[in-house]
Amino acid sequence: MAYTRREFIRIAGAGAGAAAVGSGLASRWWGADGDPVPDPGTDGDRVVPSFCELCFWKCGILCHVKDGRVTKIVGNPKHPLSRGRLCPRGTGGTGLLYDPDRLKKPLLRVNGRGGQSFREVEWPEALDRVADGLKALRDKHGPEALALYTHGYGGSWFKHLLRAYGSANVAAPSYAQCRGPREAGFRLTFGQGVGSPENTDMENARCITLLGSHLGENMHNTQVQDFALALSRGAGLVVVDPRFSVAAGKADHWLPIKPGTDLALLLAWIHVILAEGLYDHEYVEKYAVGLDKLREHVADKTPEWAYAATTLPPEKIVETARFLAGARPASLVHPGRHVTWYGDDTQRTRAVAILNALLGSWGRRGGFFLPAQLPLPKYPYTHYGTEPKPPADVAKGHNYPFADETIASGVCEASIPGTADYDIKGWLVYGTNLMLALPEPEKTKQAIQALDFIAVVDVLPAEITGWADVVLPESTYLERCDELDAPPWRVPFAAVRQPVVEPMYDSKPGWWIAREIAHRVGLADYFPWKDSVEYAMQRAHAAGLDCDVMKRDGVVVGAPAAITIEDGVEPAFDTPSGKIELYSQALADAGFDPLPEFTPPEEPPPGMFRLLFGRSPVHTFGRTTNNRFLSQVMSSNELWLNRRAADELGLADGEQVVVVNQDEVRSEPLALRATQRIRSDCVYLVHGYGHDAPGLRFARGRGANDTRLVTRTKIDPLMGGTGMNVNFVRVERRQP
Amino acid sequence: MTGPRWAMTVDTRLCVACKACVLACKAENAVPDGFCRDWLVEETRGEFPELHAQNRSERCNHCSEPPCVDACPTGASHVAGGGAVLVTHDKCTGCKACIAACPYDARYVHPGGWVDKCTFCLHRAQRGDQPACVSVCPTYCLDFGDLGDPDSVVSHKLRERRFKVLHPETGCGPNVYFLE
Repeated sequence: MAYTRREFIRIAGAGAGAAAVGSGLASRWWGADGDPVPDPGTDGDRVVPSFCELCFWKCGILCHVKDGRVTKIVGNPKHPLSRGRLCPRGTGGTGLLYDPDRLKKPLLRVNGRGGQSFREVEWPEALDRVADGLKALRDKHGPEALALYTHGYGGSWFKHLLRAYGSANVAAPSYAQCRGPREAGFRLTFGQGVGSPENTDMENARCITLLGSHLGENMHNTQVQDFALALSRGAGLVVVDPRFSVAAGKADHWLPIKPGTDLALLLAWIHVILAEGLYDHEYVEKYAVGLDKLREHVADKTPEWAYAATTLPPEKIVETARFLAGARPASLVHPGRHVTWYGDDTQRTRAVAILNALLGSWGRRGGFFLPAQLPLPKYPYTHYGTEPKPPADVAKGHNYPFADETIASGVCEASIPGTADYDIKGWLVYGTNLMLALPEPEKTKQAIQALDFIAVVDVLPAEITGWADVVLPESTYLERCDELDAPPWRVPFAAVRQPVVEPMYDSKPGWWIAREIAHRVGLADYFPWKDSVEYAMQRAHAAGLDCDVMKRDGVVVGAPAAITIEDGVEPAFDTPSGKIELYSQALADAGFDPLPEFTPPEEPPPGMFRLLFGRSPVHTFGRTTNNRFLSQVMSSNELWLNRRAADELGLADGEQVVVVNQDEVRSEPLALRATQRIRSDCVYLVHGYGHDAPGLRFARGRGANDTRLVTRTKIDPLMGGTGMNVNFVRVERRQP
Repeated sequence: MTGPRWAMTVDTRLCVACKACVLACKAENAVPDGFCRDWLVEETRGEFPELHAQNRSERCNHCSEPPCVDACPTGASHVAGGGAVLVTHDKCTGCKACIAACPYDARYVHPGGWVDKCTFCLHRAQRGDQPACVSVCPTYCLDFGDLGDPDSVVSHKLRERRFKVLHPETGCGPNVYFLE
């Protein structure tokens, strides 16, 4: 998306009318030249601190409000996750708040599901309809037949509602479609996952290794800040990626690996580090079990062996192994975030964890810190009552013994009658556009058609709203107060989300919607508070925090805590052995490889490329691609294809192409980016484009939707993750 | 008269081309839809797999010898405090002579009828704040300060690091420095 300036102006000029900025420019005199320094006058007459929801990192923000309108959003210097700075999306909250396509009134479906025909109704009618649906479901199938999909911080009220109602089927695609394998892999090794925000101490790392993780393009504010701070202090950087990512452009070593073979590289690195004695002997001796078995396991995993799989020269594998080991223990092999790639993802992230253990980086400065958390007592709710049935997120006869969250794709399948131990018959969907978030969207549609009832709470008319019986328009994060945020982090802190402006249109905050539903289905006792502000302040007060300071600053930061072994913390490992498990007896007992084994992935057929997808710093999946403010700097995705491969196909840079997968699913047309920056056996595009929802009037028809092309997945047998990088495509010129 | 000599440094080793600077500038300065005062250049050289990349957050260079000021027939384009090049909207007729003269393509015609560009956020600088692009940047790659002050961050960086300016051959004396 590298427009030249003139192109940018031309493109923009075609769309935007000459809408002059309204406010007159206030003039002030400064300097000796006699001309005024123009002040654009965007400072607010009041500034409200809150935290962001454009992605799920939850950075502290300061929102400037002038004449009742949010003029700009800047980083909150007091908030530990933003430190006064923001990623591109953070500034763009106004583009969501003032999106003309927002859901404005509750909607009831008129025709068949997916037909996108609705009538506007008032809130009582819509809520009664939801309550009727929920009551009928409970009477007919039991409360466990209701599932909640949730992604976003306002979802907490609906999770509470589901537990009170009696269902444990609460799922988010952020687990089995994203970071789940990493959590499972690290938990098996260190006894805990890395969580979100991750406990990576990149800022102090002397060497950072990224596997497929494209920091800078994948934008989590604090991580990118830490990454840049480490680079500015001279940290080494190894990037393993089939694509010359932005991060690869900064690397000391870029390893353009063959997709799907990272595990072979990791095993060869471990081989070299053990063979040359480069590991942290003292640390491994003190904290880890299974070194001898690991040594035996990798004895034949030589750099030459890995070369055949990865196409990386053996001497480069040796050189980089020495490079990253030379910086230990402040040598961080990053666990990644979106890691559901090939179905062996838990084992691959296990290898990442084992490598980190050999480097002695867990619990060490410049490795993984042991996070501190501000204790925040739960709201004193009425007890939930009997334990609900376990989630129906696994097909009959299957078991994913190392899943530690509900599998979103499994809940979807359980909605197809007879698949799971019991059928899911109703969905509440909070802020989760399942059509672009779950693989195999045709299966999702099949599941929805089998439901008794589906209601969607959202801000925008995303694809999923088109399938709902009832659509409930939620206020944006700038118009509501949510749950407090007090994650485990480098310093303990608690942040508050506060309403910046009144809700626009007939939208309502999530807490209000959940409470109104609860009142209608006999669960009023579970929502005893007046509003979410009262709720949040009750919790803050119970934690001994100063509520006035919290409201004024948006955040209360606790005393600095000891978070590394260097600080004097003794790490504890919640594993069966109480130690770091290089060798996992738990895996062996469950019938899995106790040490990671590499299996070569299926090769793309001749003339086809492996389909890879990733992130843009400007967008959060498909959630922000309708945001007109953000889209000024990125309004579509492109298909990255190796320039030589493009030449062979007779395709030119910039022309419109169509991607066709192995099952003959054809993508929407998108521009070709013929580039040196990618291997010739794969193609790449940014996820989140190709919307077809008619209500998304800006995003609709821009770019291609990679999710539709993911008609195949490879399931991780350990935790049920859906490996999605197993689809192959050919690239064709768009037919006129 | 002695006063500040404003300059900016861009650490290309840190910049990830995320465009946070572009959007923060647009919000701070109420830049109309479809226009921008700063922009990103992602440059890649070489052939796979021997590649080199440079990312640059670019904007008006606030030249010491600004050709835009020379070209302006009305005096709207002028050198303001600290050497920043500004446009006085009331005096600008939108004739675009400055746009033709600028070697950096840093100016555009605002829908309001005047020519607009980066101001180094002088309205912020005069109260001691950093420009919007600098203060938002999640990679800390931008710095702004007084080149006349040997202790300023920009002076330090230019002493310590290799740098280049864009199109030095024009002789304009640009004041945005790209650290390599």
